[in-house]
Amino acid sequence: MTGRAPTPASAADPSQTSLWVDDAFYARLEAEIAAWQGEGTPVDEATRRACEALLHREARLLDAGRLRDWLALFTDECLYWIPAAPGGGAPRREVSLAFDDRRRLLDRIARLETGSAWSQVPPSRTARLVANVEATAGDAPDEVRVRSTFVVHELRRGVVRALAGWYGHVLRRESGAWKIARKMVNLLECEEGLENLSLVL
Amino acid sequence: MTRARTALAKPKPSRGRFDAYVREDRVHRAIYTDPAIFEEEMTKVFGGTWVYLGHESEIPAPYDFRLGRLGLRPIILTRDRAGAVHALFNRCMHRGATVCREPRGSARSFTCAYHGWTYDCAGRLTGVAYPKAYGPGFDKAALSLREVPFVQTYRGFVFGTMNPAAPALPDYLGNARPLLDRWMDRFPGPIVVRSRAHRMTYRGNWKLAFDNAADAYHAPFSHRSIQEMTTARYGFGRSLSHFAGDPDDGPMYVQSLGGGHTFLDQRPAMGDSLWAQDRPIPGGDAAVAALRARHGDAEAARLLELAVGEGMNLNVFPNLLIIGNQIQVIEPLAVDRTCLTWYATTIASGVPDEINTLRMRMQEDFPNFGEPDDQANFEECQVGLTIPEIEWLDLGRGLRAGEPTDERGVTTGRVTSEVTLRGYLQEWKRLMNADVELTVAVAGRGTDGP
Repeated sequence: MTGRAPTPASAADPSQTSLWVDDAFYARLEAEIAAWQGEGTPVDEATRRACEALLHREARLLDAGRLRDWLALFTDECLYWIPAAPGGGAPRREVSLAFDDRRRLLDRIARLETGSAWSQVPPSRTARLVANVEATAGDAPDEVRVRSTFVVHELRRGVVRALAGWYGHVLRRESGAWKIARKMVNLLECEEGLENLSLVL
Repeated sequence: MTRARTALAKPKPSRGRFDAYVREDRVHRAIYTDPAIFEEEMTKVFGGTWVYLGHESEIPAPYDFRLGRLGLRPIILTRDRAGAVHALFNRCMHRGATVCREPRGSARSFTCAYHGWTYDCAGRLTGVAYPKAYGPGFDKAALSLREVPFVQTYRGFVFGTMNPAAPALPDYLGNARPLLDRWMDRFPGPIVVRSRAHRMTYRGNWKLAFDNAADAYHAPFSHRSIQEMTTARYGFGRSLSHFAGDPDDGPMYVQSLGGGHTFLDQRPAMGDSLWAQDRPIPGGDAAVAALRARHGDAEAARLLELAVGEGMNLNVFPNLLIIGNQIQVIEPLAVDRTCLTWYATTIASGVPDEINTLRMRMQEDFPNFGEPDDQANFEECQVGLTIPEIEWLDLGRGLRAGEPTDERGVTTGRVTSEVTLRGYLQEWKRLMNADVELTVAVAGRGTDGP
């Protein structure tokens, strides 16, 4: 798999357009679903630690409800994805529990910020653990695939529940810093009835 | 035909008992909170009338199956070798264990994991372990799985009832039928269910979802966040902007269709292009570019309309909601717990693949940005309704507006009228006031009836 040519600058603002979620994007996503099942080639320990630190920071920002700061961890052309099928399924043919490009992520955050997104009024409080972090070489020299296990404890309306599963992060180095290009959230209960999934996982 | 009648647990006589709960302008909280009423509903409504069980396209080939429910009863929806659809009760006739435990798949037979009894995909008992102990006169056929005795399909939608006195399915669908036709006929190919689903569970009674499905009054309030966000990000004119101002001054309307079915029609206020009105979706711009390059602007515009759900909420009592592109199914779990499943739909033929991919992205929108807020409000209703001393919910909107009823029995109200709630609750009351004798069929023996 090779990297894609960047979208022409005239149409490139991914907060406003989604030209880049095209055939090639989906093809790459489908290839990635298969790649997550493989062992991969571990990256060096310093890189693994840097990736892990980014995941920890991400978890902290989400627990603090700092969604704008959280979004700043992502590349411009990014995906936040909760498949409805274990491991990913067929995103072109199947609905997902969430499939957010940058534009839809901005919709999501703006909606939560209105104060009238009743499913998050009052907002959930969360505490999340991210562990078992494995980092393997990605499809390009500046990309790493990071697989981890998560548990999110969520308190809402006096009830605590736990949501667990595994994250698949594709991180890309941009201007010397690791950013999240794609985040896949594989929930254990993705095929089951789920209460109020309005928090960001 | 052979029927196994339910001889035990005869319910108390029903005649008129539920008149006290459903009045012309109000409804009693107990129908949302009383476990005993819920238990009766699981017989008289879920079983006593036609209930949507699934879509034929979910089990397209012989031997395909998927698990489901008729009310609280676990069923296996199967397609037998000859292609006929069955709704088998998922209960071994020996000791009662479920015989199928996979949510979906393909199987020529089901073998109970407990003692090894084996049934074919039409439910017939084909083998028991060590049969000698049952003696020489062992009637294996009598111990075939039980099945929903009346299963009928309307253009892919599979319904079942256990009530021999139920009307034929097309008659039951009644005034909902031409609207269901209209929903399907808009597309060049059959509408099918091939995708996963959003299964959204809430801590509230199942009727809160049916109430909401033709309730336009809630849209500007329950979904305020969508409208604020959309206007802030994309300007006024998209998404739910047609609810701005007093929606009763506009051309939208609601209808009580009779038989408990309800309809909310937003189409008259939605402008020329559904695609242009919806919020942008992931990959939308790429698909527009690809479709225009391949088909030209006019054809691309025509195709894009097929990615978007029409502004129809068509609700078939008690559990099937056709809303936008989705087939939504209400699954009661307990008096105060319900799963609302949104099955995404695909156009089986006649459109480029991009259109179906756009449909998937479109069908992620409301389950993320709309339904959770409704369900949060359902849950808060359930909390408020626990107060025993405050007994009634108000149903009065539009009651004194002189809403006309036509010769088909369809009553039309302005869009925020509660004529839909009043209408379906009359059917609910009729069913609850009637004593029914439900039956099950012995698989392999055939049935007559509706």
